[in-house]
Amino acid sequence: MTDLGISRGKGQSLPKPPFYKRFFGSVFVSVAIYAIIVGLIAYGSYVGAQGMGYNWQWYRVPQFLYRNTEIGFEWGEIPIGLVATIKLSVISFLLATAIGLLVALLRLSGLVIGTAVAVGFLELIRNIPLLVLLYLFYYVLGPIFGFDRYTASILTLAVFHSALISEILRAGINAVPTGQWEAAKSIGMTPYQTYRYIILPQSVRFMLPPMTGEVVHLIKSSAIVSVIAVAELTTFGRNIISDTYMSFEIWFTIALVYLVVTLILSIGVSYLEKKYAVDQ
Amino acid sequence: MTQPSPMIEVTNLDKYYGTFHALKNIDLTVHQGEKVVICGPSGSGKSTLIRCFNGLEWHNSGRLVIDGIEVYKDAKEIRELRQEVGMVFQQFNLFPHLTVLENLMIGPMKVRKITKTQAEETARNYLDRVHIPEQADKYPAQLSGGQQQRVAIARSLCMETRIMLFDEPTSALDPEMINEVLDVMVELADTGMTMVVVTHEMGFARKVADTMVFMEAGQIVEISPPEQFFTNPSSERCRLFLNQILEH
Repeated sequence: MTDLGISRGKGQSLPKPPFYKRFFGSVFVSVAIYAIIVGLIAYGSYVGAQGMGYNWQWYRVPQFLYRNTEIGFEWGEIPIGLVATIKLSVISFLLATAIGLLVALLRLSGLVIGTAVAVGFLELIRNIPLLVLLYLFYYVLGPIFGFDRYTASILTLAVFHSALISEILRAGINAVPTGQWEAAKSIGMTPYQTYRYIILPQSVRFMLPPMTGEVVHLIKSSAIVSVIAVAELTTFGRNIISDTYMSFEIWFTIALVYLVVTLILSIGVSYLEKKYAVDQ
Repeated sequence: MTQPSPMIEVTNLDKYYGTFHALKNIDLTVHQGEKVVICGPSGSGKSTLIRCFNGLEWHNSGRLVIDGIEVYKDAKEIRELRQEVGMVFQQFNLFPHLTVLENLMIGPMKVRKITKTQAEETARNYLDRVHIPEQADKYPAQLSGGQQQRVAIARSLCMETRIMLFDEPTSALDPEMINEVLDVMVELADTGMTMVVVTHEMGFARKVADTMVFMEAGQIVEISPPEQFFTNPSSERCRLFLNQILEH
């Protein structure tokens, strides 16, 4: 459909798009196709589970969300695990951002040693699997420096994600035109003042979308700390299953909880982005 | 020149970009209150020269003394110098995340450490001087190019600068906005500010310049007062250049 809107005279209608495009482009057909595909997947898993003689017990799931006991309302294991996951993620993210900013500034410093240290760190971290990094922190560095499994988890997640975050920060800083540096210099600002008042506030706009992706990534990868039995959502899921043997129901529920959290986050940030765009 | 105290003294200055000889053996003196207009074909080193004057570029050899401060790479005094030497850029380079008023206040507040009230008073005063007091609370993107450039001039003036450098201040503007910027610059010249202006606006040059400088290929080819410069330049190359830009 190349319509430049120039050659066409008044009153002439555009040629109709071919039938298949109109058919698949309509909202009703799209929704129907979507529903059919989702339905087929759900039906497939149901039939598959049926085939292996799985005994669905969805009615037992709500007690792990909340309970009304004699002493009153209480949250179940899943919400408690979720809060632990969020706490773990927030702490790790803050630490990762701090390390990431340090690495990014080192890399941008123009000092040979700074760049060397930053690049060395990035290459090292990016080329170690997250699970191996976790084992390193828990089984090797933990005993050496005497920190517990919770600290080891936070450090692992922070260090692993700081590598990507430093690249996001660096790209955001580089996206600010050099004229901004020159203008700040020409009114006598120090490099620190320039970063603080001129460059970083402008970089936020460029960093927000990839940073959201990174937070979502971090929340998801925080599940890996369940292998060293740190209390969080996935660990609680494993514990429930070992008590109840309801692996299908619980893993579906846990997956849904992660999905809801990360979706809320993405929607919230896209709202923020729009707000920033208007302010500019 | 009745007041012969030199504000800018350039002696034997050379600058290289790698092997490219960008500025060759530059000698130039600008006195207090003097208006110097530098012109020449693109790539002749005009911008590079004035960017050396506030340490955005560094020369490789020779001497550069500005208001009694010797300028060289990593000089400790360079930030103090930059507070005295204002720079107006071709692309304005306003801070897009700050309002016009904040653009004017951030330098005085963070660098000169003056109070917010005082900074705002100075800012509003200079906004008046560039004739856009009503735009104080807008963001740069909401202003026209001419208005943005006038804000940029005010931003430099807010630092109470003693020398103003202009790097092709009207080259990025639509034709109908050029005059509003030039008018502000003429008014500024009338206050006795020392100014070094890189521009091709010869009407402005005739009106304001005390000294005309013509550069080509990194060298100063001609330095003369405007009467002589426009009517009887001593170098053939300068005559050709003037013919080209004055023709239409």
